[in-house]
Amino acid sequence: MADDGKRIVTETAARILADLADPQTINKSTDGAWKDPLWHALSDAGLPLAWIPERLGGSGASLAEGFAILGVAGRFALAVPLAETLCAGWLLARAGIEAPATPMTLAPARPYDRISVDADGRLSGRAIGVPFARDSQHIAMLADRGRAHLIALVETRDCRLSESRNLAGDAANVVTFERVKPLRIAPAPNGFDLTSLLLMASTVRSVETAGALEAILSLSVAYANERVAFERPIGKFQAVQQNLARLAGEVAAALAVAGSAADTIAQADAFDEAVFLEAASAKIRTAEAAAEGSAIAHQVFGAIGFTQEHVLHRFTLRMLSWRDDFGSESYWAAELGKRVACRGADEFWPLVASR
Amino acid sequence: MTAHLYFDPIRLPPECDTLRAEVRAFLADEIAAGTFDPHQPGDGDAYNRGFSRRVGAKGWIGMTWPKRYGGHERSQLERYVVTEEFRVANAPSHLHFVADRQSGPILLKYAPEHIKNDILPRICRGELCFSIGMSEPGSGSDLFAAKTKAGKTAGGWRINGSKIWTTSAQIADYMLALFRTSPPTRENRRHGLTQFLVDMKAPGIKVNPIYQMTGKPGFNEVVFDDAFVPDDHVMGEIDGAWKQAISELAYERSGPERFLDTFYVLLELIRALGPEPDLRGAEGLGRLVAQLHTLRRMSVSVAGMLQVGKEPVVEGSIVKDLGTVWEQKLPGRVRDLAAFLEPEIMNRATLEDQLAFATTIAPKLTIQGGTTEILRGIIARGLGLR
Repeated sequence: MADDGKRIVTETAARILADLADPQTINKSTDGAWKDPLWHALSDAGLPLAWIPERLGGSGASLAEGFAILGVAGRFALAVPLAETLCAGWLLARAGIEAPATPMTLAPARPYDRISVDADGRLSGRAIGVPFARDSQHIAMLADRGRAHLIALVETRDCRLSESRNLAGDAANVVTFERVKPLRIAPAPNGFDLTSLLLMASTVRSVETAGALEAILSLSVAYANERVAFERPIGKFQAVQQNLARLAGEVAAALAVAGSAADTIAQADAFDEAVFLEAASAKIRTAEAAAEGSAIAHQVFGAIGFTQEHVLHRFTLRMLSWRDDFGSESYWAAELGKRVACRGADEFWPLVASR
Repeated sequence: MTAHLYFDPIRLPPECDTLRAEVRAFLADEIAAGTFDPHQPGDGDAYNRGFSRRVGAKGWIGMTWPKRYGGHERSQLERYVVTEEFRVANAPSHLHFVADRQSGPILLKYAPEHIKNDILPRICRGELCFSIGMSEPGSGSDLFAAKTKAGKTAGGWRINGSKIWTTSAQIADYMLALFRTSPPTRENRRHGLTQFLVDMKAPGIKVNPIYQMTGKPGFNEVVFDDAFVPDDHVMGEIDGAWKQAISELAYERSGPERFLDTFYVLLELIRALGPEPDLRGAEGLGRLVAQLHTLRRMSVSVAGMLQVGKEPVVEGSIVKDLGTVWEQKLPGRVRDLAAFLEPEIMNRATLEDQLAFATTIAPKLTIQGGTTEILRGIIARGLGLR
């Protein structure tokens, strides 16, 4: 049963993350000592390679199961490259490339970056904002030779990396490829291009963002019920209730649209118009919810939520950073708007109603 | 704690595609015959008896109700398809829509058998118009402060007082109304109201039109002067309407009519932008499309919950809150995005007419059927804050 599979991986992921990735514990850690045991536990459970078929060295979970894992990861504001390794493995599997059992990431991570394959099969180009590149051992990528798209696997140490980090302090590096020799390279399937890769990875971010929003709603409601001001819990004040109801609306919208996009990709045969509408909409709307939702949660917590000591920023800053990965909401909105305009007014409602 | 926030990705089943094609063909024929103009949402007769009868004849009123009462035993998702296609086409469905959405389901639940047999088939045939008697001059959002009194008399009740902001009362055959049958108790201020079915042709009922800021009559004051309502027209528990009111809200609040009321301006914007919009137009349009898609996915999901017998009150409130705020802001967003378009665009006049209409109706969207503030109170209660 598909639902059983989802439930089992969800519970497994939740148990491991509750034990080894508790946001409070991680927030207090200064040396990053939590990372290795966490990654080992995730690997032992087969989670990072979930989207790789067994014949290519993975654990062969379904797309729906993988998205369920990522929803849990979002609820913990996970700061190891689980989503990136899942996505990288998925990309490699498109070309039948066996995945190494290491932390991976993927490139390009921005819509205007291109990596080209030279005549002798070496890779050149630059990718901005590659998440966790510094923490990865391998990078899966989509590269171009003329009009052909190829999928390649390289060792991270063969590339040049900047020192940059995202708002949440996670590595987000500019990766420069200077005639890098790939470990493996193979043609992408027919019709698979950078847009396909970005739609998939964006949906991963949308699902994680929805998870993080769920977490900040739980934290905010619990705090509003505990924190006393003017002789009653602040959650008893209508002004605070109305803000939290708005936050709940943003959480619900994010969960709905991300869940719908993930479901669409899980059922789809190709990256068609339906996937574009669903995945682009999810990235746009979850990014908007991240901004609205973060502002409300911080307002509820007041000064304590603005401290390094408090866990709230682990969620809010990560969500705000995720907006930039694999196409920002502005990028996807422009692309979606162009497509809708090109179809014309008479074809607009049929598109919306087709989902 | 966030149990109320899961909106499963419900997909419409294949039978909905067939139905949708039938609905579109029917509406296209009606438009061709001049029944209504889909581009002029503010014009024409919103209460079109002939049209409602033809809709009834197609089997699209009371779709989910039992066949023995004239219904069609189809799914909530099929009803959803009909509702959204009618909204998007700006079809004149005022006459039957309230009866179809909420009055019929209340009768199904609480009316005695002979009344169901009498009224429900007529609703399904598109013959009856219902209004809802909730607000009074002294009570709007504070529903349970209603004072209009139902006093016991032989064989029934005498009604005295007035209802206000009552949509369709000028034409309605019946009203489902809340009247005070007992004073509130110290323990429960919501106690003491009873739901009644009122025949609007009964003596002692006077309907006074109230003109809206659009310049058109839309709602009414309904004055009851010793109007008689028989005993078998009591719907549900005497003094206990507060227990019944809540579950109806899920039906009333989550439908496509809660975010599609100004949809036409978005359609007209797409026409105005043309096939190759500038970046500002494209980006602005894309965001609106993403927001609309999200609302529709949520709303379809709630229809799926209703289909399996759930009472998604909090989910319905979230859809109405997000949906009505969105449709209220939509004319302003469209106006912004159209600001730098060439004055020579083909549909400038239509766009301007529609923006004028949408802008004047926008304020009511977050008031009717439960204000934003009331909805957020319900959501906050669902979160465990109240």
